[in-house]
Amino acid sequence: MKWVYAAYIAAWAIHIVYLLILTRGYQRVRDDIDDLNRS
Amino acid sequence: MSAFLPVLCVTLAKDMRLEWRSKDAINSMLFFALLVVVIFSFSFDLTAEESRRIAGGLVWVALLFAAVVALNQTWARELRNQVLDAYRVSPAPAESLFLAKAFGNFLFVIILEALMTPLFVVFYDLRTVGPPYQLAIASVLGTWALVVNGTFFAAMSIRTRSREVMLPLLLFPISIPALLAMVAATTAILTGENSPYLSLVFLAVYDIVFTIVGFFLFETVLHAE
Amino acid sequence: MKSTFTIFALLTFALLSYGLYQGLVAAPTEATMKDVQRIFYYHVPSAWTAFLCFFANFVASIWYLAGRNPKADAIALSTAEVGVVFCTIVLVTGPIWAKPIWGIWWTWDARLTSTLVLWLIYVSYLLLRRYSTAGQNPVLASVLAIFGAVDVVFVYMAIRWFRTQHPQPVVGGGQGSGLDPRMMNALLINWAGFLALALLVIWLRYRLERLRQQVEEAHAMKAIAGAARGTR
Repeated sequence: MKWVYAAYIAAWAIHIVYLLILTRGYQRVRDDIDDLNRS
Repeated sequence: MSAFLPVLCVTLAKDMRLEWRSKDAINSMLFFALLVVVIFSFSFDLTAEESRRIAGGLVWVALLFAAVVALNQTWARELRNQVLDAYRVSPAPAESLFLAKAFGNFLFVIILEALMTPLFVVFYDLRTVGPPYQLAIASVLGTWALVVNGTFFAAMSIRTRSREVMLPLLLFPISIPALLAMVAATTAILTGENSPYLSLVFLAVYDIVFTIVGFFLFETVLHAE
Repeated sequence: MKSTFTIFALLTFALLSYGLYQGLVAAPTEATMKDVQRIFYYHVPSAWTAFLCFFANFVASIWYLAGRNPKADAIALSTAEVGVVFCTIVLVTGPIWAKPIWGIWWTWDARLTSTLVLWLIYVSYLLLRRYSTAGQNPVLASVLAIFGAVDVVFVYMAIRWFRTQHPQPVVGGGQGSGLDPRMMNALLINWAGFLALALLVIWLRYRLERLRQQVEEAHAMKAIAGAARGTR
């Protein structure tokens, strides 16, 4: 059964990593927009 | 479209002449392929029977690497003298440039194979069990499969960053089915264990499909910004 | 729009949670593979979702080449990335399943090998997007996407016909013998959950890409305005 948990956890880990990458992307874009608006 | 054939012939002749004078591509390809073959033979300690089994795979891997070397070179030459930009501006049909480059590369690699064959026969003590004319067919179909996609992707990657790495990165995954078929055909002919018929038909279909796709999309790639 | 998103997100969460319960608890234990077979409920739906994402990428790429619509390009990029995420999950859960069942991590069987090649093709697509210059990027990528999609057909045939050395293990759990309806149930619920998740994430990635496109355009406009001001 530990294999099943490992597989499920791995799947979710990969999803979470991608969502974190997206979050960082959004933060960067927000910074870029702020820069544009300021100058 | 009426300019198609003349442009193709002229471009092909130009490439052949340039290559004949400098022999850049042929020399580097030949030496590289030789190195790959030698390194493989040192890496694996094979019996004669084993050699015959894997020779098919080895040949095509060596050719794949050598072809990448040649492909990068033929396009880089165009880039050096801004020939590519001149071509984009001219009314000459893009498709004829594509086919001319592809045929040119095809001839280079076929010449390379002709030179390498005696070496392979010697290194791996090859005798084909199946009829040798089938090897010629496999060779032509397989080489065209590598070259038609290779020429296309070389044109695509020539204007990217890390262009030397981009070409194999794009070419290898797409070529995997062709590689499988080539190796299957060659091994079948060399060992005489099964019929290469299916592999050869598969390769022919692959060749036709990707030649058509490349033919229609080359203009788009050439004029991409 | 925000509230639709939230509702859909909650629905997705519900589906995935229910799917988790189905996969881990409710579905009956398989006869030969025992509990390890439950990985099937994540492995297979992820594969199907990846295929759908890549198909969407193919359609979006053609749409882009037809009209050069930046929205099409944003969809192409988003579906490719999400497809690669799901494909990675297939390639990770596959070996985790294979190890306890067959004792080896990787088997070069038709399914796993095809998925690996698929993954390689679309990772090369993403690399091309990263390494080509901004202007040509969408066009070159769309062209590559078409090559990739056409190639997929050849990949499946080639691996089926030319890789006969390796065993063809039954990875479908119950292939030929028919699937227990409760297992099919768990499978479909999980697939619904993953599809919903894919749509959600593709939407998020799409929005991000559209924002980036607009920021780039704004930068370009500023540069032009700045140059015009300078020359006056």
